[in-house]
Amino acid sequence: MAYDRKKIEELIDGTIDWETLHRMLSQPKDPERFQLYVDILQERVHFPETILLPMGLHLYIVQKKDGSRVVKCDCGHEFCSADDNWKMYALIYVREDEESLNELYPKLMAPDPSWQVLREYYCPNCGTQLEVENVTPWYPILKDFEPDIEAFYQEWLGIPVPEPKK
Amino acid sequence: MTQTFSIEQNFQGVKLGDQALKKHRDHVMTQTKATGHYAGIEHFSLKTKDPILYNKMISRLRAGVVHARETAKRIAASPIVEQEGELTFTLYNPAGDALLTSTGIIIHVGTMGAAIKYMIENGWEENPGIKPGDIFTNNDCSLGNVHPCDVHTIVPIFWEDHLIGWVGGVTHVIDTGAVGPGSMTVGPVQRFGDGYQVTCRKTGENDVPLKDWLHESQRSIRTTRYWLLDERTRIAGVHMIRDLVLDVVKEVGVETYLKFAYEVVEDGRRGLQRRIKAMTIPGKYRAVSFVDVGYNHPDVNVPPYAKLNTIMHAPHEITIRADGTWRLDFEGSSRWGWHSYNAQPVSFTSGIWVMMTQTLIPTEIINDGAYYATQFRLPKGTWMNPDDRRTAHSYSWHFLVSAWSAIWRSLSRAYFARGYLEEVNAGNANTSNWLQGGGFNQYDEIHAVNSFEAAAEGTGAGAVKDGLDHAAAIWNPEGDMGDMEIWELAEPLIYLGRNVKANSAGYGKYRGGCGFETLRLVHGAKDWTMFFMGNGYMVSDGGLMGGYPAATGYRFEAHKTDIKDRIEKGEPIPLGGDTDPDHPEYEHFMQALEVKRDKQTMTTETIFEDYDLYLNYLRGGPGFGDPLERTPQQIEADLQGGYLLPRYAEKVYGASIYQDDQGAWRVDPVQTKKNREKIKQERLKRGRPVKVWMEEERAKILKKEASLQVKHMYASSFQVGPRFYEEFKAFWGLPESWSLTEEELGISSFGQKYRMGVEQLPDVKPLVLVEE
Repeated sequence: MAYDRKKIEELIDGTIDWETLHRMLSQPKDPERFQLYVDILQERVHFPETILLPMGLHLYIVQKKDGSRVVKCDCGHEFCSADDNWKMYALIYVREDEESLNELYPKLMAPDPSWQVLREYYCPNCGTQLEVENVTPWYPILKDFEPDIEAFYQEWLGIPVPEPKK
Repeated sequence: MTQTFSIEQNFQGVKLGDQALKKHRDHVMTQTKATGHYAGIEHFSLKTKDPILYNKMISRLRAGVVHARETAKRIAASPIVEQEGELTFTLYNPAGDALLTSTGIIIHVGTMGAAIKYMIENGWEENPGIKPGDIFTNNDCSLGNVHPCDVHTIVPIFWEDHLIGWVGGVTHVIDTGAVGPGSMTVGPVQRFGDGYQVTCRKTGENDVPLKDWLHESQRSIRTTRYWLLDERTRIAGVHMIRDLVLDVVKEVGVETYLKFAYEVVEDGRRGLQRRIKAMTIPGKYRAVSFVDVGYNHPDVNVPPYAKLNTIMHAPHEITIRADGTWRLDFEGSSRWGWHSYNAQPVSFTSGIWVMMTQTLIPTEIINDGAYYATQFRLPKGTWMNPDDRRTAHSYSWHFLVSAWSAIWRSLSRAYFARGYLEEVNAGNANTSNWLQGGGFNQYDEIHAVNSFEAAAEGTGAGAVKDGLDHAAAIWNPEGDMGDMEIWELAEPLIYLGRNVKANSAGYGKYRGGCGFETLRLVHGAKDWTMFFMGNGYMVSDGGLMGGYPAATGYRFEAHKTDIKDRIEKGEPIPLGGDTDPDHPEYEHFMQALEVKRDKQTMTTETIFEDYDLYLNYLRGGPGFGDPLERTPQQIEADLQGGYLLPRYAEKVYGASIYQDDQGAWRVDPVQTKKNREKIKQERLKRGRPVKVWMEEERAKILKKEASLQVKHMYASSFQVGPRFYEEFKAFWGLPESWSLTEEELGISSFGQKYRMGVEQLPDVKPLVLVEE
């Protein structure tokens, strides 16, 4: 079943009532959700580019006027081309000693840095923590998500990818 | 040459003889491959012609398998089965593909199916023969079983003289006679220590277990009463389902039943594709997970070649195609090892559906259709597809649950992008600690224990709410920590506390669910040992979109305490939780000859005497989103409920906290906002451009600066994952000459070069159900 705009806004804000949330979980999905969701997000951001796909909390693949696609933070910071890995353009802080890990967990409950480190990725403009990786030292930075936007819009949603705004 | 197929051939029962079953399965597989539809079913005959009957059959048979589970489990005495629900019943078609399954440990939809297929492929039809009333028992890991403690009872279903299907029932037994007590013992490093294993053995005729089986099996395990009652549970359940199927056949006719038995699998295959299209985004998803194997420690007694610290590595690349099918590739996974955590491909591929039923396909039709819509690539030689028949598997779940936690993150990126925020889940907890052990119990009987409190871990945070506290485990979504009173009847271990484990959850805008901890006092045990099993040096789940992973585990045990004297004198003793391990308090209320407080969360048998202590700490789940976005009200609730130690409210959440006149924790929202701005400024100051940091990390790689366990993980992954090796070198811009091999690490080399797979045994035809 479809949900009204207010419910989706509440979902985004985490204020939705349990009864509706439970219905969302237990019933078939509402195919119109995506468009409504993107419309709400578009209204909330302060940049002019068209959101093509939310990439994560605060991150979007957007389309610029010239048709190019980039990854943006909702503060407006532009990371890179949508084909690239936004993490490569973030600020990184690595917790790789007992002291910095103890800031997060009691000592016995923290990873041992000779086994595992925590990598925090921040937006270079607003300082929001966008991702945390718990990996071994030396681990390559993974590109988490490479969406096929054309197939999604055209083949799954049955609508054209939005044209660049003039 | 053009082959012609007759779909109708599938809709007849199989009259056994002249390898008829094998020919039947070959036919089904050939048609599946040729048409892309299970058993060649491009058009539904029954479902289209009589949809009401089709759906009635689904409802009736599904209700029947669930009913059989609920009824049969009352026979069991083992709390693992009776309290925790560690059992499942599944109905199969003649080819061994699952139609419908009950609730419970549904990983076994595939493992029991693999056992049936193994019997078909290896000529069981001729020897030992398959007849009405036969009972087959299997728990062989090399066929795909998860671990030996999951014992399968499988019976054929005949209609007149034709085989029309199979029913399988599985219970998680409490002991399998491994080198150490407990169902998932730590210590076996080869199959030969994993416990009693039987390979699709005919253990009953005319619906009655054979005496040689009953006598032999009881001698091979420790907990005989539980063993026998578990078997009766399984037999009762499978016979209930067999009777139900025969009733249904009487009503609808055998042809209609068999049409259903194949169509429903194709329906399941299409159902997964539809669901993928409805909920995800086409494209590629990548994530990785790890878990520690800390075997180079004095408290781990294993052979010298196994005394090695290493790390399980499970990277994945999921490709969701435009047609709604998907491929899961685990290139780069580390090699199998000399420990008990290896897995077979079937347990890996089948187990994934346990997880998927909690997210992508939460429907009643859980069957092998999902398998046919999925392409798995599990490289040969990795821990999930060992190329050696000696590997041990007693606790495969240690690696499996860790590997799957990363899959939650990948799927959640799709749900988040699509706007289905209600489905987002940062991951699953490491489902440990496992309190296990044995000896003589409080009733003076030979006994083994495996506390299934681990069935209630914290769950991952969502994009709209916190994870559930001490709630469930990925391998059994119905999980329950069990009643303390029941565990005290089953174990010579008295509860001195059962509390929320503060700070065990990953922090975030929405935090993971917290785990819990129980303090157990040994009482009434003789010649008793126990051990620990879980993650300690590493965390196996991961935070999502700015959230942190959950905390790691640790161990606490105390030996030769003065608690008996203290009780007699009415003095205080350790009670409740180990609330803040940075400032431990148990030690203030007792004297002990030996206290172990460390991160060594894998140990082998240690002697425990009465009045010794054991802390069972069950892990929390990972968090979602930047912790600085958590509301002051949520932080207050965390502090009030004992979910968070106050100093971390300040450090992690930037909260300005105080206690009011009543002693209740409060968060000052104005000052908190200021603190958070300051923390963001600190982040901008300490954060470095990734490309700058990469240069330093690259220099460490060139100099091979890392601990032995880290290097061993990479070396073993490079050996069995050449593409991962090339990609690793390319990412870091390493020279062509750079390499890292196990040989250069100066450690024992068993298994690096010399391996022998089960397929090299005479007269064995292994099943290959994945891309290798």
